[in-house]
Amino acid sequence: MNKILTILSAVALVGLSTGCDKYLDLEPSQNISENIALTSDKNVKSVLLGAYSQFASTYTYGGNLLMNAELLAGDGEIQWVGTYIDPRQVFNKTMIASNSQASAHWADSYKVINTVNNVLSGLAVVKDADRERVEGEALFLRGLMYFDLVRFFADQYKFGSANTQYGVPLVLTPTHGIDETSFITRNTVDEVYNQIIADLTNAAAKLPEDNDVYASTGAANALLARVYLQKGDYAKARDAASAVIESGMYELQATYAGVFNNDNNTAEDIFATQFTPQDRFSAMTEFFSVPEYGGRTGDIDILDGHLNLYAEGDQRFDLFFVGEGAIRCGKWNNQYGIVNLFRLAEMYLIRAECNTRLSTSVGATALADFNEIHTRAGLIAATSITLDDILLERRLELAFEGAKIHDMKRLHQNVGGLTYDSPKLLFPIPAREIEANPKLKTQQNPGY
Amino acid sequence: MRRLLFLFFVLCGFLLPATAQQKTVSGTVTGADDKQPIVGATIVVKGTTTGATTGLDGKFQISAPSGATLEFRYVGMKTAEVVLGAASVYNVALEYDLVGVNEVVVVGYGTQIKSKVTGSIAKVDGAVLKNVPVPTFEQALQGKTAGVFIASVNGKSTGTTNMRIRGSSSITATNQPLIVVDGIPITTEALNQSGAVINPLTSINFNDVESIDILKDAASSAIYGSRGANGVVIITTKKGINGDTKLNFNIQTGFNEASRRREFMNTSEYISYFREAAINGDLQEDLSYGDPAGTSDYWQRHVETRLKRYSGWAAQLDGAGKYTGSAVNTDWQDLAFQKGKIFSADMSAQGGNDKLKYFTSISYNNMEGILVSNGIEKVSARLNVDNKVNKYLDLGFALSLNRTNIDQVSADNAFSTPMQLVALSPITPSRDQQGELYNTPTTTYYNPLIDVEYATRNIIEYRSIANGYLSVNFSKELKWRNEVGFDLYNLKENARYGEKTESGTGVNGYGFANYGQTQNITTKSYLDYLKNFGDIGVSAVLGSELQYTIIDNAWAQGTQFPLDDLKTLSSSGLITGATSSLTKYSFLSYFSRVNLDYKSKYLFTVSGRVDGSSRFGKNNRYGFFPAASIGWVLTKENFLSENSTISFLKARTSYGLTGNAGIGNFGHLGLYGVGSYNSLSGLVPSQIPNPDLGWESTSQLDFGIDYGFFKNRVSGEIDYYIKKTHDLLLNVPVPNTTGYSSQMKNIGSVENKGFEFVINTNNLTGKFTWSSNLNFSYNKNEVTSLGEQTIIDSGSARYMNVVKVGQPIGAFYGAEYAGVDSQNGDALWYVNEQDANGDVTNHTATTNDFTEANFVVLGKPTPDIMGAITNTIAFKGVSLAFTFQGVTGNKIHLVGDQWMAANGVWYDNQLKSQLASWKNPGDVTDVPEARLAWDNGDQSRNSRYLSSGAYVKLRSLMLSYEMPKSIISKAKLGSMMIYIQGQNLLTFTKYTGWDPEVSTDFLNDNVTSGCDFYSAPQPRSIVFGINIGL
Repeated sequence: MNKILTILSAVALVGLSTGCDKYLDLEPSQNISENIALTSDKNVKSVLLGAYSQFASTYTYGGNLLMNAELLAGDGEIQWVGTYIDPRQVFNKTMIASNSQASAHWADSYKVINTVNNVLSGLAVVKDADRERVEGEALFLRGLMYFDLVRFFADQYKFGSANTQYGVPLVLTPTHGIDETSFITRNTVDEVYNQIIADLTNAAAKLPEDNDVYASTGAANALLARVYLQKGDYAKARDAASAVIESGMYELQATYAGVFNNDNNTAEDIFATQFTPQDRFSAMTEFFSVPEYGGRTGDIDILDGHLNLYAEGDQRFDLFFVGEGAIRCGKWNNQYGIVNLFRLAEMYLIRAECNTRLSTSVGATALADFNEIHTRAGLIAATSITLDDILLERRLELAFEGAKIHDMKRLHQNVGGLTYDSPKLLFPIPAREIEANPKLKTQQNPGY
Repeated sequence: MRRLLFLFFVLCGFLLPATAQQKTVSGTVTGADDKQPIVGATIVVKGTTTGATTGLDGKFQISAPSGATLEFRYVGMKTAEVVLGAASVYNVALEYDLVGVNEVVVVGYGTQIKSKVTGSIAKVDGAVLKNVPVPTFEQALQGKTAGVFIASVNGKSTGTTNMRIRGSSSITATNQPLIVVDGIPITTEALNQSGAVINPLTSINFNDVESIDILKDAASSAIYGSRGANGVVIITTKKGINGDTKLNFNIQTGFNEASRRREFMNTSEYISYFREAAINGDLQEDLSYGDPAGTSDYWQRHVETRLKRYSGWAAQLDGAGKYTGSAVNTDWQDLAFQKGKIFSADMSAQGGNDKLKYFTSISYNNMEGILVSNGIEKVSARLNVDNKVNKYLDLGFALSLNRTNIDQVSADNAFSTPMQLVALSPITPSRDQQGELYNTPTTTYYNPLIDVEYATRNIIEYRSIANGYLSVNFSKELKWRNEVGFDLYNLKENARYGEKTESGTGVNGYGFANYGQTQNITTKSYLDYLKNFGDIGVSAVLGSELQYTIIDNAWAQGTQFPLDDLKTLSSSGLITGATSSLTKYSFLSYFSRVNLDYKSKYLFTVSGRVDGSSRFGKNNRYGFFPAASIGWVLTKENFLSENSTISFLKARTSYGLTGNAGIGNFGHLGLYGVGSYNSLSGLVPSQIPNPDLGWESTSQLDFGIDYGFFKNRVSGEIDYYIKKTHDLLLNVPVPNTTGYSSQMKNIGSVENKGFEFVINTNNLTGKFTWSSNLNFSYNKNEVTSLGEQTIIDSGSARYMNVVKVGQPIGAFYGAEYAGVDSQNGDALWYVNEQDANGDVTNHTATTNDFTEANFVVLGKPTPDIMGAITNTIAFKGVSLAFTFQGVTGNKIHLVGDQWMAANGVWYDNQLKSQLASWKNPGDVTDVPEARLAWDNGDQSRNSRYLSSGAYVKLRSLMLSYEMPKSIISKAKLGSMMIYIQGQNLLTFTKYTGWDPEVSTDFLNDNVTSGCDFYSAPQPRSIVFGINIGL
């Protein structure tokens, strides 16, 4: 009896040890292995969609990137009154190297860049019919990321001279592991702008004109117009803007109020960040709006310094409202509505500005373009305009949409007591990035 | 027929031999040392329930069959046995028992006599946990053992604690010990979504616990292999006993309340402070911007409109409409706290015979929290049965069912947590004139009382831990034990936020439902061998174990409810999200241990375990964890055996390897996760692969001495250990330019070394007894390597815990505050310029520009010294036991003070201490000038916000009275005790925050710890109870 039991137990013990190895090979249920992520047409397209989900991050095109452009420029027109310390530092120009607005903008942008680099490396398996579109969208997103990285983290582009100042590190291949090549240095501003323009030119050629809410030819050209304008290359900015207008794909909304707080893109929107209650909400609403619309407690007050700029009868003025005891911007009262990134009005204003600067009339006269915008706001058409008129129109038309600091920098305007090229108006290279990549130690922006 | 009758009588005689030759014996029971009579000693006829107790003179009388064995028992004494012979008087002297030397300790896969143990194991008797008014057993264990650090993260009802055995050895993986209940490694991961993580261990009814054995060194924990590195806590529940059923009832009731408060400004202080801050804010604006926009009194105008706005109906205005003050002085802190009621009732029964023994219990416990709307209610039931089938087979099972119902509050960082009420202004009334709670814009921030009235976060946990065994006894020496254990943990959460709440505003109410389940199945089979070969004793185990765990979760949320009264998602007009997830892990293990001893004098143990886990990479799937230990009982040697001073002395040493596998489940794979956009789901790269990923390995060397002096009236243990952890599982930060933030790698090492000291003394014996237990431990934690890096700094502007080579894990790293410039009121920091080695070259230079201040190490969050002393005094049935417990050497980061002591940068109410701010040139103070909207010393990574975390607490006190037998026997009761007990009755500390026992709940990980962020203080609880035995 005992012997039999001993044998039985020994068998049981050995049995347990041999049969169970399979229990150690477990696969995750909500992730997939990287080996299969880029192996099929469907998967590569899924990764491209993933890149859009990263692009819509709260810290970037989910809203903060636009808000920070307003806060950095903020002087006498708005007041940050929220409790978050990091945006307050942006507003007061007292950022420290660990400012989370800066570090998250950096990290989230490079996530998109790595994802689209993966897409670009997997184009071979994409169906022939879709390959150019997929490539174009990936290039567009990469160009967009680098453009806002270089605008926030590097000195303003100086037109007509060599831009050898530090830009941001350029990464053009996907990461499959960490090795020597993962530790890189900052490229020059020239190199970054050249890459952006190459990506976007390529994208504009490959993208379809109509591409649902995703990047289209119009989006690539609109971004190109913005890039050239920032550089001061007015002829190319004008032509790119004109290409968007002339494409006939877009038209202005009838009223200014109709442009904002929409659930979906309107005919005026060239490219916008999409929100649904299922994934995320607009950070513009969070900070510019009030609890009634899903915002925080009204973190940004609009001051008389801005409100006094509007002429009598300007319908754009009517969009401001009183909420939580102060004047608020009314463009961002739909927390699941789109965040307008590129709209046709901006293209008219770019073309008008460039035509005026170059004394040309490509596409239309500057006056005609100006009046498209001016009259839509309920104002009487102008009969003659100056460059300053166009710049003021731009400031009002695009108010609190994330253009201001970049305009002030390219126009060499002071922000309070700070000159446009003050290092206090640059984001710091994130402290954690310098810790993780010692090669950047000597390449921090001045003052951090 | 006569034959039959004869047989019947024989049988009766066989069955009832006692009735035949009963005799009455008597005697006196005394203490062996002092010869004093012992009052209340129990005398039992062995194997029966017949018993008696000694009277005031120590005398007893009992009727027993001749040849029977009498057992003499008394608490704190060794049980003596006497076989009855011809005599009728038996005087017995009882010896004091040395707690810890002759008791049995539970080790992995078996038990051992403590005197033969060669590892370091702390045993806590279940009796000390009984009815302690705290949510979870860890809190009841505080101060009871050396080398075991236990601290609650805050004073909420969810009982979340940090438990560290011999320091923290990991940076990324878990530092919590493995918890084993009746042989099953149980689930400790929380599944809730609302508020901070709850503690699933609250579902263990600690009244059912027979003992807790804590395996501290490698020799004892290596048998748990890749999960042993943080130590192992083995919980054994009560078993049945031979004899008549013993029933025990306990009822207690009482209350708890916040143990400490802070002082905030009142209405008049608030108004004058902020007016001053506004003037200074305007001056600052002029200095910085040259006032380009012509708003030189912007902040002065701002403060007047805000004061008026925040005062609501209480605003007092003069004839010109100018604000003059507020009619209220609201104490918001007072509104955050409540006096919570405590009630518990517990019933247990224990009994059995040689064949079948059982223990069963049922228990109800309800504790309202110290924070409004917070509380925990528990119901539990247990049945433990052991059956001896025959000579060859034993079987049994232990089954527990628990239901825990938690009224959860938000995590410490949420505006809606009651503790954030203190941020609101004293000038603001809590309600408007219609009786509705004020919200923004009248309150400075969201009013958390709205959550109290209009939100519910209800969590119900169901947990069943079941364990069955079948043991085959081949012989007296060899047993084959098979066990199947099942730990099923279910969580059901229903959260509903009315339309007035922060989450429900603008969307007509918000709600979510969350269901989670963790199924944990363990099977094991092992051979157990025990035999003495002459002077050589041998015991051994050999076996294998498989654990398989599946965790799944389903969650949905919605908005647009027609009415606040509709509580579930079926009434939601818009389902805004839903998801489900599933993850799993497994361990497959083989283990063995051999103990040898020679005359119980020379002791030797080796053990080993081979562990495989799904969590490890293909290249590194199995690990081997061996350990060896030796012991020498010197008092068994001739030269000490007759020594009258030294009654027990054992030297022991151990060395072994353990592992830590407490990482994510698929850390070794290169992964893509899911990201959604425009209502479609896409793939995003989420993890860099590492096929070499393995466990962290810890080697530990331990030297220990177990001692007893003066017939064990003084006894205890001393241990010294060095614990080195290599191959740390580290989330190594990588440049973000790669698209990732970190990669999981086995890099770096940490060292813990320290000593532990335990002394138990019986100071007074006899009628008046007094015993003491002192435990004391020291631990030095140091990060010795991080691979290529020297520091891991999250780069947070708010939290300053870092991992830095040469420093303890989580060291505080920030700017060193240098006080206030007496000329202009600026906050100053030391520049602390450093050379290439990181040594400060200039200790005196200061700056008012925070970005110019180089960061230095400012302290550490974990104490290096901790200790506790428990005294128990008893006289004639009255007994008093109390424990003082304390820690020192740590600091706490008052992260919340960057709003409460923030130079009036915004309208948060400020601590009274801020009234000492700088005002005029020449003022000497360490509180910077108040400046509305301008940072002036409120940067969080700043030694200004560090405070000493040292404390001594009167952790527990119990005063009880055991009613005399003479009274209760009339009521046909076995025993009756009335008592009053308290927790956290006194706190002695220099800490400036609420409670130095803190580590804010929403950010309590291995590195970021010791932060106080609107964290509730520990409850002070007092309960009255009655215990009745039948």
